[in-house]
Amino acid sequence: MGVLGDAWSWLTIGAHWSGESGVGHRLGEHLYVSGVALALSCAIALPLALYLGHIGKGGALAVNLANVGRAVPVFAVLALFMVSPLRNAGYIPTITALVLFAVPPLLTNAYVGMTEVDRSVTEAARGMGMSGGQLFLRVELPLAYPLIMTGLRSAAVQVVATATIAAMVGQGGLGRIITAGFNTYDTAQVVAGALLVAVLALLVEAVLVALDRLLSPLRRRRPA
Amino acid sequence: MAGQNCLVTNDWICGEYLRSRSQELTDATVQHIWITAVSVAIGVAVAFPLALLARRGRRFAAPVLGLTTVLYTVPSLAMFSLLLPLFGLSAALVVTGLVLYSLTILVRNILAGLEAVPEEAKEAAHGMGYGPARLLWEVELPLALPALMAGIRIATVSTIALTTVGSIVGRGGLGNLIEDALPSFFKAQVLAASVLCVLLAVVADLLLLGLQRLLTPWTRIRAAHGPARVEAV
Repeated sequence: MGVLGDAWSWLTIGAHWSGESGVGHRLGEHLYVSGVALALSCAIALPLALYLGHIGKGGALAVNLANVGRAVPVFAVLALFMVSPLRNAGYIPTITALVLFAVPPLLTNAYVGMTEVDRSVTEAARGMGMSGGQLFLRVELPLAYPLIMTGLRSAAVQVVATATIAAMVGQGGLGRIITAGFNTYDTAQVVAGALLVAVLALLVEAVLVALDRLLSPLRRRRPA
Repeated sequence: MAGQNCLVTNDWICGEYLRSRSQELTDATVQHIWITAVSVAIGVAVAFPLALLARRGRRFAAPVLGLTTVLYTVPSLAMFSLLLPLFGLSAALVVTGLVLYSLTILVRNILAGLEAVPEEAKEAAHGMGYGPARLLWEVELPLALPALMAGIRIATVSTIALTTVGSIVGRGGLGNLIEDALPSFFKAQVLAASVLCVLLAVVADLLLLGLQRLLTPWTRIRAAHGPARVEAV
């Protein structure tokens, strides 16, 4: 337990939490880039996926995008940004990379959720005289909701992970505590940073699971 | 002349770089391939008994699936760093981290494959006097093979991408070349290593798809005759 004890003592030293390379500032950077990137990704992916799912077109795009997203290494994309002129643009390279990797899970899951809505249900809704807009808002969206939320969760996990790797190319975020520890051969700091990142990722996942349960449109209708 | 200059002018695409550093690129690619292959092989060997355990009921399934999901949530850089005190700066560290990631995908796919085996097939095997082991190896496993192979393909492709992060401990295959090139903004090396990485993933995916076709010839017959025939059988 020596290493974990050392990491714990590293975390309890107040000086490690303040200043530009302290935990406080790095956590702030991490949450800022992650939040902006996730919001941008949702703004790009969800309307597109929901529209394509509603009209039932673009399936090949949704499937292939997820495969491409898996095959392209995050580290390579970040490195490419850092050797291009984009490196002087503040948080923009990180946020761009985060968006690139958050869009595929969002888009694919939302699209699949929309297309997996039972045909007989949509036909019944049309037979009842629902317009396209009503059908979308009151039938398709609630039924696609679980998969949309699954996509949001994997996108959020992906964003937190990618924001960590941004440290390997010298960008801000909690990962910098890990890389700084590697540079100074300080294992306690490396483990402390890793614990912070892991806890943050698990917290984000837990919050989204709770949010999912809270917001589920079908929750109220389940028998008590 | 132009070939020599592209190293000096730091172009994105540089033939001279590919020629003069071909040995370095080959070594990194070979390291990348064996780290990936070892990780996925160990991943399958660990995931299979876990999936069999999870199949025995909710009591086992909940902790197995929960634990592998939690592992998957931990960002790769943190995972490799947490393993540092256990393994030091070694390839074993990277392989262990990659195995832990592959478990989520593999366990879920193997489980889904085994659970999708038709009840009639299992009952017919029981009726013919198959024991549990023979049932698993001769009936369930072949029928679960397409799902298992789909899982191996996804795990392999994501493992190839994740291996690059291993460069934090100097064992990241092509990722090492990317990291080495960053301080000097060496564009040709970053681009070449990145492209090789994606190519590796595409080639591995296609090879595994070919292997899957080879191992499950009956799925091709099914596709050729259409789904109606399958129901008739």
